[in-house]
This record gives sequence, C-alpha cells and structure tokens, in this order.
Amino acid sequence: MTVSMSFAPLRATPLRQYALRFALGGLVTVATGLIAQHFGPVIGGLFLAFPAIFPASATLIARGEVHRKHEQGMHGEMRGRRAAALDAAGTVLGAMALAAFAATVWLALPDHSPALVLGGAGALWLLLSVALWWLRKRHWLAGGARA
Amino acid sequence: MAQEWLDLGFRFVVGGVFVSLFAMLGDIVRPKSFAGLFGGAPSVALATLLLTLRQQGAHYASIEARSMIIGALAMLVYAWVASRVLWSGRTSVSLVALSGLILWLGVAFGGWLLVLRPLS
Repeated sequence: MTVSMSFAPLRATPLRQYALRFALGGLVTVATGLIAQHFGPVIGGLFLAFPAIFPASATLIARGEVHRKHEQGMHGEMRGRRAAALDAAGTVLGAMALAAFAATVWLALPDHSPALVLGGAGALWLLLSVALWWLRKRHWLAGGARA
Repeated sequence: MAQEWLDLGFRFVVGGVFVSLFAMLGDIVRPKSFAGLFGGAPSVALATLLLTLRQQGAHYASIEARSMIIGALAMLVYAWVASRVLWSGRTSVSLVALSGLILWLGVAFGGWLLVLRPLS
C-alpha cells in the first residue's frame, strides 16, 4: 500500500461541501477567539484542537462510498462506515502529532521567533504523523491490526 | 465596534482558508487512513495562533498552546472511539461524528479540571 495523489476528488466534491468546510473552519476560529477573550487563554487553547474537519470529511467519505456501491446496484452503508472508520484511524495518528505540535509551540514560543516556531512545529507535525502512519502500516503488514 | 466586527470577519476568513486547505489535502491523498491524518492537522491552531501572536503576543499564545495539548489528546480519544464504533457498529457516520463532539468536550474539560486548573 503506497501513498498516492489524485486531483479527481476535488472535481467530484460538491461546491456546498467546500462552503460548509470554509464556514465550519471560520466559525470554529471565531469561536476560539471569543472563548479565549471571555474565559482566558487556558480555556480558549483547548479549542485549538477542536475536531473541525473530521465530521464533514467522514460524512463526505461515507456518502461517496455509498454512492459508488449504489451505482453498482449494491448497498454500500457498511463500506461507507468502514471507509470513515479508516479515516478516523488516520486522525488518531494526526492527533498524536498534533499534541507534539502544541508542546513544541508551548515550549519554544517564548524564546524564539514566532515564524520559526510555527514553521518548525508544522513541519514536525507532518513528519511525525507520516512516521506514525508508516509504523502502523508496517505493523499491519506484519499481521497486526487493520490498516 | 466596527473594528471588532472587522477583526471577527478577518478571523473567520483566515480560519476558513486554513481548514479548507488542510481538508483539500486530505481529499487528494490515498489511502484513506493516510488521508485521515489531515483530520488531525493543526488548521484551526495555525490560524488562531497567527492572529493571537499579532494581537496578544507570544506569552499569551504559549499559554493557549499548552492547553492545546489537552485538546489534542481529547481529539485522539474522539477519533479512536469513532474509528472503533464505525468499524464494528451500525450507527450512521454523521451521528457518530457529531455525538463524538460531546465526548471531545468531556475529555477536554476533564483534562482542564485535572491538569490545567491546578497549574493556573
């Protein structure tokens, strides 16, 4: 199983889905700012890791699978749920790397350039999440849990 | 007042752009478990921290980042439970994804109560 890229899903995604994600992202960011303003940065900071993308993405993935199966005259509900479950399994690894991103920003921000810290923490998130995914895939190929 | 609304509008656009970009990255990569990594991407965090740094400074942003560690662990629990329930259960994806947000809130505020509140 190798990582691949295809731009076809971007054309297949309905415009309202893009609008929904944009609105959700905007609303969560506004809400995070207002919460921090009213309750302080300790409470506000919790919402920096609010799962803003996952509900919309998982629903979209499941609908896509169900639609594909329906076109072949089959029920695709179970396949849709399992595709969303695999997406969630990836998000578990992304969330582990997100905790490392947050710890890096927390520890490095007071003494270093903000641009360097955010850039470095972003790069760390990417490297760590890909490394965790690769390790999990190796474990699975060796006879462990599902992908 | 007008400046406040302008700030909120700017925050909305920046957050929308960051979340949309990471979601699109998740759309174009395969397999699905790899694409799922982007569900845990620091999209809201990058947008918020950039704006916070501009308005409140590094110390304030650093305190937010410390709390974010608890938020990220809450996201880990949320995604793990969602993955298990969706793989073996019959509950609809939207119901699991949306009701899981209550779990996220519970774990995040539990972490605040147990870890962050005694530090403040």
